[in-house]
Amino acid sequence: MRPIVAGLRRMLRSAGVRLALAYAGLFALSVLTLMLFLWWATIGLLNGQVDAVIRADAQMLSRRWQDGGTAALLANIVTRLAGDADDDAVYLLLDPSGQRLGGSLPAWPAEVAEEGVVYELPIRHHGEASLARLRRFTLPDGTALLVGRDVQTRAALQRLLTNMLAWALVPVGILGLAGALTVRRMFTRMTGHVTETAAAISAGELPPRIRLSGREDEFDRLAATFNDLLDRVTRLMDGVRQVSDAIAHDLRTPITRARARLEDAAVHAGSTAELRAAVERAVVDLDGVTAVFQALLRIAEIEAGAGRFAFATLDVGPLLADLAELYGAVAEERGLTLALQTARPLPAWGDRELIQQAVANLLDNAIKFSPVGGTVTLRARRIPGAWPEALEIAVLDQGPGIPPLDQARATDRFFRGESARSTPGFGLGLTLVQAVAGLHGGTFRLIDASPGLQALLTLPASRQSSFDTSEARRRGFAAEGDHQNVPVSGLLRI
Amino acid sequence: MRILVVEDDTDVAGFVMKGLREAGHETAQAGNGADGLSLATREPFDAIILDRMLPGGMDGLGVLETLRARDNQTPVLFLSAMVGVDDRVRGLQAGGDDYLTKPFAFSELLARVEALMRRGRAAQGATRLMVGDLEMDLLSRTVRRRGRKIDLQPREFRLLEFLMRHAGQVVTRTMLLEGVWDYHFDPQTNVIDVHVSRLRQKIDKPFDAASIQTVRSAGYMLRAE
Repeated sequence: MRPIVAGLRRMLRSAGVRLALAYAGLFALSVLTLMLFLWWATIGLLNGQVDAVIRADAQMLSRRWQDGGTAALLANIVTRLAGDADDDAVYLLLDPSGQRLGGSLPAWPAEVAEEGVVYELPIRHHGEASLARLRRFTLPDGTALLVGRDVQTRAALQRLLTNMLAWALVPVGILGLAGALTVRRMFTRMTGHVTETAAAISAGELPPRIRLSGREDEFDRLAATFNDLLDRVTRLMDGVRQVSDAIAHDLRTPITRARARLEDAAVHAGSTAELRAAVERAVVDLDGVTAVFQALLRIAEIEAGAGRFAFATLDVGPLLADLAELYGAVAEERGLTLALQTARPLPAWGDRELIQQAVANLLDNAIKFSPVGGTVTLRARRIPGAWPEALEIAVLDQGPGIPPLDQARATDRFFRGESARSTPGFGLGLTLVQAVAGLHGGTFRLIDASPGLQALLTLPASRQSSFDTSEARRRGFAAEGDHQNVPVSGLLRI
Repeated sequence: MRILVVEDDTDVAGFVMKGLREAGHETAQAGNGADGLSLATREPFDAIILDRMLPGGMDGLGVLETLRARDNQTPVLFLSAMVGVDDRVRGLQAGGDDYLTKPFAFSELLARVEALMRRGRAAQGATRLMVGDLEMDLLSRTVRRRGRKIDLQPREFRLLEFLMRHAGQVVTRTMLLEGVWDYHFDPQTNVIDVHVSRLRQKIDKPFDAASIQTVRSAGYMLRAE
């Protein structure tokens, strides 16, 4: 007994089994209710009809008695019995002393005592055992009249109906069971894939995304959310891997250089001045390493979502004007023009410092890669018709641009395009811009502006548009994975 | 000037104190928070260099908060390996006057500490600044040299004002970026050098003077003479 109870309890712990049981129970309850109603409605209706006929009959007979007395009544009963095609009318007339005057019953059934009550009794009718509904009427002179109807046919129907309903319980039970199993299988199948995927993640793999049925139902939404989660986990894990790769490769170079310099100086330096120069160069190398570390940490911090606490509503107009002023001098020094085109006011919801740094990185890049005499344009505007409200900040240069093949990797850590090999930098600038865009629920894209490059950063214009994260994030994620899929416009070289 | 260094790493503390002494300052050192606090309350200092993470139960933030609660207003510069976005903000909110992250260049530390000690004495309410033959009127926002008016852009004016307020002191590029532009990130390119060079074109070149000096591997200095 005990193992059975334990087994049942274990089964009930499964949500699928519980759901199936609930389904079967509800199904059984509905079917039973329907059957009871059907039974009651059919039998009740038939009985009501019989009772109405009895009442009408009695009224007619009572009128006959009023017209012609007991003799006329008896004659009428005889006529009625003779003319009764169905042979189901039942009459009996007794005089006030209880003497049988006539009718179709041999004797008055003892049960029919009270007036106004319909009795359903087994009787012998035309020599056969039968069932009848009977009612007693007493005429003003004490004559007792029994009016009834043989309901043997109805009783047979009732038995048939009861049997039928009882037999119907068998297919109903089978259907209920089948339904319950189906519900359970559907449930298991719908959650199964999610469970498998989650289990695979727990086991340390990053499995493919959960398939969507395309019905956009609750399970699709769950799967979509789960896929978003997976994307994020993947990106974070990629980030960690990239950082470790970077530490393994990209930081090894400057450290190796510094080490070589110091060792060489320790062994070969002929004078204090030489030694000092070598040490100073090594310090510069180490500063570079520090800068890379700080940039990596900052990017990791932003990607982890830190910094949202400093979010506020701010006007991007003056912020960009300040940056344009800061970099305008640098541009001028290199024979470039820095043009600023902004609408005012230009509200945004975000972290002032991070937005400054992101735009500074874009301007820095644009100035670095522009040929002498070129123009770098810093443009910002509210995106017309965008909902939730958003604004875009674009930095356009007339440099060599980024080949389409490299565009997807341009925001990877330490990625440096061919044309960037000869310029200083670590290849972390655009990574940070991408991270800032992601933190704000915005997007960052690089668009070929032939000639040159357009770096396009979109940011939410208000708190609402930022916190409508699922939508914004989905769009952000989509744009991220789709760098080559930039919107086709006149700007795109195909 | 007397400077207290609260730092548990003896190498770093030794390096910092040696540098400070070479620059003509007196130094004292504490290796943990409790010692640092008792030294700071017992003796007068012109500045405190305080590590954020200290052994012995009381960290730098705790030391500073206790000091400020006792109404000790000695300028404090945080020296910290904690480089998070909010770490600097929290350090400054607790009453710190400046925040420098490890690893650091000693020239940067020295420039910042000297600026802090100077700030306590500088007349904040002055409406005119005079450095050598440079004259700055903060009310009419005009600059004159040898009596001749110099036209400056608003940002150039603020850059010169910052240099004049720190005349005779080294100011680093980061200090200028923070003090003049209010930026707290590394702009990578030599943006500050370009702006200083433009300022030189206006205030030095026409007068054949060299008042803004470049201090090698440190920053700039406006000559006090």
